[in-house]
Amino acid sequence: MSEEEDDIILSELDDEELVQQMFDDLYDGLKEEIEEAVHILLDRGWEPYDILTKALVGGMTIVGNDFRDGILFVPEVLMAAGAMKGGMAILKPLLAETGAPRIGKMVIGTVKGDIHDIGKNLVSMMMEGAGFEVVDLGINNPVEAYLEALESEGPDILGMSALLTTTMPYMKVVIDTMTEKGIRDDYIVLVGGAPLNEEFGRAIGADAYCRDAAVAVETAKEFVLRKHNQMAAGA
Amino acid sequence: MTRLDDVELTEHGLPPEGRGRVLLIGCGALAREVLTLKAANGWDHLDLACLPAILHNHPEKIPDAVAQEVAANRADYAQIFVLYADCGTGGLLQARCAELGVEMLDGPHCYSFFERNEVFTERGEMTAFYMTDFLVRQFDAFVTRPLGLDRHPELRDMYFGNYETLVYQAQTDNPALTEKARACAERLGLGFERRFTGYGDLETALRRL
Repeated sequence: MSEEEDDIILSELDDEELVQQMFDDLYDGLKEEIEEAVHILLDRGWEPYDILTKALVGGMTIVGNDFRDGILFVPEVLMAAGAMKGGMAILKPLLAETGAPRIGKMVIGTVKGDIHDIGKNLVSMMMEGAGFEVVDLGINNPVEAYLEALESEGPDILGMSALLTTTMPYMKVVIDTMTEKGIRDDYIVLVGGAPLNEEFGRAIGADAYCRDAAVAVETAKEFVLRKHNQMAAGA
Repeated sequence: MTRLDDVELTEHGLPPEGRGRVLLIGCGALAREVLTLKAANGWDHLDLACLPAILHNHPEKIPDAVAQEVAANRADYAQIFVLYADCGTGGLLQARCAELGVEMLDGPHCYSFFERNEVFTERGEMTAFYMTDFLVRQFDAFVTRPLGLDRHPELRDMYFGNYETLVYQAQTDNPALTEKARACAERLGLGFERRFTGYGDLETALRRL
């Protein structure tokens, strides 16, 4: 087959075809193609928020679903995430300028003693894609770091991540400290990480355990909506 | 020991021989070590069944797999002992073993019990990526392929960027394995340390049975 027949010229596709192609390119983790397509859509007058939600988040939702269903595996998800990150980097400053809708704010970090951040980074990115403002505290966070960020950032959600059986109990230390200080109920607390499960999430007093990044986004949306509704009802 | 094949241990495990009063149900990554100890100490009362070692990469499947193996063999042995530590099951394996009335190894994972749990906890290393004899031999099956580093080498630093050192916990003195472990460290962009552990708490636990 000749190169001409192989290559798809992104700029020659109409909007609908291009978004469909972006879904495919995200799925295949093709960062450069995603960046090119984002520029094309911007040149065609698309709003940055529409590119984010309709093309990038739409494509990552397919990736997330296939990961959940065991069709895609971690390396492919990371390649897709890398491609999405490329697109996001172009859109982020534009989104800030255009005042895109913001669903809520999240402070997230891996707990003390733990350096694993792949899952956390995926959650951060997917949350940003879904319209949340995310403050990422990185890895190895002691309780003080979480508390400081809660105070200075005033988020709706605190997210904690751990990959090790030995570090996951630290989440309880953070939640217990929040309770002692009387601020536990001011925040939605979501936890995640490979060795965790729903029972553990309940036992330590989190609001929810999130199995993967896609579930984290859905759970966060649901809880924030519930919180806003409660506030509205109480007003 | 000739019946052991690392690929077989990774993918399928090892069936019991059907001799002995105590059945050990363990991870395939421990087969060689357990059979070495058994032969060296004349522990003929111990029989060994191994689950596929690759379950290491899917800890959520370990509790059910162990429970099935216990159920399949319970009638044939006076005692069953599970040769897994928590191994990333987040306490679920411990809970399942308690339900089944069988004991298991202490500790978070084999890296800890090989080094002895007390010592491992005291070290409190956060940026060490551990490998045992078995994992060095099966590096591609446990690291390269499942993490997609063969297909996407650019992902390496996303996985290993926060680690500093590959610590090779050597159960045996094997210069070829040490060299392979050193090469693995280089491939992952990590420093290298060889630490001879022998069999640690695994041997202590087996001695008590």
